[in-house]
Amino acid sequence: MKKRNVCQLIFIFLLFGFALWSIVPLEGKKLGQELTLGLDLKGGSYLVYQADLSELDPDDKPAEIMAGIKKAIERRIDVLGLTQPIVEVQHKGDQYGIVIQLPGASKSQVEETKEKMVALLEFREQGGEGSWVPAKGTVNGKELTLTSRYFKGRIEVIPDELGLPLVVFEWDETGQELSQQITSRLIGKPLAIYLGDEPLRGEDGHPIAPTVRGTIRDRGQIEGLNWIDAQELRDLFNAGRIPVPLGRWTEENGSQLFEPNVPLYERTVDATLGRDSIEKSLLAIKIGVALLLLFMLLYYRLPGLIACISLGIYGVMLLAIFKLLPLTLTLPGIAGFILSVGMAVDANILIFERTKEEIRAGRTLGAAIEAGFNRAWTAIRDSNITTFIACIILIWFGRTLGAFMVEGFAITLFIGVALSMFTAIVITRTFLRLVVGSRLVTDPTAYGVKA
Amino acid sequence: MIDFVGKKQRFFFISAVVIIVGIVSLAIFGLRPGIDFSGGTAMTLQLDSPVEQSQLQQEMSDLGHNEATIQKAGETSFIIHLKEIPREEADELVGKLGERLGRQVEITDYYLASPTVGVETTRNAGIAVIIAAVAMLFYIVWAFRRMPSPFRWGTCAIIALTHDVLIVTGIFSILGQVADVEVSAMFITGLLAVVGYSINNTVVVFDRIRENMFKGISSDFAVTVNSSLIETLGRSLNTSLTTLCVILALFLFGGATIRHFILVLLIGVFAGTYSSLFIAGPLLVVWEKKEWGQLFSWLPFVKRTA
Repeated sequence: MKKRNVCQLIFIFLLFGFALWSIVPLEGKKLGQELTLGLDLKGGSYLVYQADLSELDPDDKPAEIMAGIKKAIERRIDVLGLTQPIVEVQHKGDQYGIVIQLPGASKSQVEETKEKMVALLEFREQGGEGSWVPAKGTVNGKELTLTSRYFKGRIEVIPDELGLPLVVFEWDETGQELSQQITSRLIGKPLAIYLGDEPLRGEDGHPIAPTVRGTIRDRGQIEGLNWIDAQELRDLFNAGRIPVPLGRWTEENGSQLFEPNVPLYERTVDATLGRDSIEKSLLAIKIGVALLLLFMLLYYRLPGLIACISLGIYGVMLLAIFKLLPLTLTLPGIAGFILSVGMAVDANILIFERTKEEIRAGRTLGAAIEAGFNRAWTAIRDSNITTFIACIILIWFGRTLGAFMVEGFAITLFIGVALSMFTAIVITRTFLRLVVGSRLVTDPTAYGVKA
Repeated sequence: MIDFVGKKQRFFFISAVVIIVGIVSLAIFGLRPGIDFSGGTAMTLQLDSPVEQSQLQQEMSDLGHNEATIQKAGETSFIIHLKEIPREEADELVGKLGERLGRQVEITDYYLASPTVGVETTRNAGIAVIIAAVAMLFYIVWAFRRMPSPFRWGTCAIIALTHDVLIVTGIFSILGQVADVEVSAMFITGLLAVVGYSINNTVVVFDRIRENMFKGISSDFAVTVNSSLIETLGRSLNTSLTTLCVILALFLFGGATIRHFILVLLIGVFAGTYSSLFIAGPLLVVWEKKEWGQLFSWLPFVKRTA
C-alpha cells in the first residue's frame, strides 16, 4: 500500500513537473503568453466567402480551381506578415467556399486582404532601373496587358524526355495576339509573373521569370522549373484563368443571386477589445477561484487544503494540454475552463462528503477515506457522462459557421471534466492517503467532522 | 430533520409559477433570435467619452436604423445589432454617428452573418438539441437500468431537466421583451451545458436514493427519499455554490461579450440544483404513492388530499 503511494506520488510530481516546465516560458515572457489565442482574445478576422463557379469550363474540376485560388490568396496575404494566417477551401455539395483566418490582423490588414481575393496573374517585363512593368500589346486598337485570363483550356504539367517538368499552355484569340507581340519583342529577355504587386516566387524564394526563347503564338511551354514549382504554377494559372468571384449567394424570390465581395460571414475583432476581454476574464478568474479556494479551506479544512493543491495542479495541467496540443483559447473557452474548475471541485466535494459520513459512521480515518473514494467513484463517473455527451454534440454543432465560437467552450469543458476526474481520483486520493498514512493529522475536526 | 418531501407542494408551486410565466411569454413573444439565427450585423462600438444609450438609439434611428437594438457593454462601449450591412457601410455609418454625437467612435468588434448562415445555424442547433435529448434519454435509461422501475426514474430525471430548460428559455423570453436580450448560438451551448450539469446533479441524488433503498433504511419510500436528499444536500449545495461562485465572478467582471451566455449558465445551474433536489426526488415519491392530486394541490380549486 505504502509503496504504491510513493510510486503514485512520484508519478504525480513527474507529471506536474513536466506540465509546469511546458508552460513556463524560458525567455522572460509572461506566463501563458505562448498559448494560442482565438481572434476574440487576440484580435483578428474570420472571413468566409462563397465562390461563383459559373464561368468554369465543363472539363474544369472545381476542387482543382479552388485549390489554386487558395494558393493565390495565401501568397497574396503572405506579404501582410501575419502570424499563421489560415486559408481553407470549404465545400458542401457543389457549393465551394473559402475560409480565411487572420489572427492578430488589424482592420487595415483585413481590408487589404479583402482586396486580394482575386487570383489574376499578370505578366511583366523589365522596365527601367530594375522595375517591372506590365507586358502590354495592342489588340483591336486597345492596349491590353497579358494576364492569366487569356489562357485557353487547362494548363498541364508534363514530363519532357529527361523527366523534367514542362508547364504547357495555350492562348485564346486575344492571348495569341498579345503573346505574339510581346514574345517577339522580348526574345532573350525574362518575362516575370506577378500576383497582385508581388512577383511569383519559387520554393527557393527566387522570382519565377522564364526567359523568352522564341515567339509564342498559340501554344507555349515553360521549362527549367522543379516539379513543385511547376505544379504550383499550373494550379495558379488554372485558378487565374477563369474569373471566380468570391462573395455570397443569396436567395431572392426563389432564384439564386450572387453578390460579389460581400462575405458570407465575417467576424473582425480589434486587438484592444481582445486585450480588454483577457484582462476582464483574468480578473474574474482570480476572484472566482479565490472565493472557491477560501470556501473549500473553511468548509473542508485539511481535505480542502489538499483539494486546493490538486486544483492548482489541475490548472497547470490544463494549461499544459492547451499549450502542447495546441488548442486555441477563446473567450467561451475561458468560460468552459471556469465551469470545469467548478466541476473539478465537485468531484472532490463528493469524495469528502462521503468520507465525512464514513468517519461519522465510526470508521477509522484511513478506512473512511478509502470507502469515501470507492463510493463516490460511481457517482462521479455516472454524473460526468452527461457532460461528455453534451460536449461532443456541441463540438459537432460548433462546426457550423454561426457557431464557430462554440467549439472552444465544448473542447475546454470536455478536457476539463476528464482531467478533473483524474485529479480527484488520483491526485487528491494519493495526497490524502499520504497525510493519513503519515499520522501527522489524526484529529477528525481537521477533516471537517464535528467531534 | 427537515422534511423536504413533505413540503413538495411548495416546491412544485414555485417552479410552476416560474415555468407558467415563462411559457406564456414564450407563447406570446417567443425568443428574440440573435444574428446567429436571423442573420445580420453586430458591432461593438467604443466611444472616447460616455454617452446616453437613449441618445445613441435616437441617432441610430435618425440615420435610418430603426431596427437597431443597443446593449450597454461598459462605460463607453455599446453592442449594437442591426440588419446586415457590409463592413464599408458599417464604417461609414459609424463615422456619421461619431459626427452627430461629437465623439470618436470605433468599431472594435464587427460581426456579419448572412441570412443563409442563420438558416443553417438554426437547423444545426435544432439537430444538436434533438440529438442531445435522445442521447440523454438513452443515457438515463442506461444509468437507471438496475433500479426497480428504470422508466419511472428516467422520466422523473427528464421532467427535472425539462424543468430547467423551460425556466431558462422562459426567463430569456421575458428578458427578450424587457431588455432586448437575444438568443445566440452560445445560448444553445449554455442550455446543453446546463442540461449536462442538471442531469449530473439528479444522477447523484438518485444514486443515493438507490443506495438507501438497498440498505433498507425505511419502509416508507418518502422517508428514504427525504433522508437521501438530506444526505446529499451538503454535496449538492456545496458543488453548486462553488460553481456559482466562479460563474458569478465571470458574470460580474468578465465583460459584456459573453455575459448573456454566462447568464444562461447562472440561471441554469441554479435551476438545475433546485430541480434535482426539490423536483426530481419528490416527484418519485408522488409517483410511488400515486399521489397525483398532490401535484396540483397548490391550485386553489383542488381539494387537498393530505
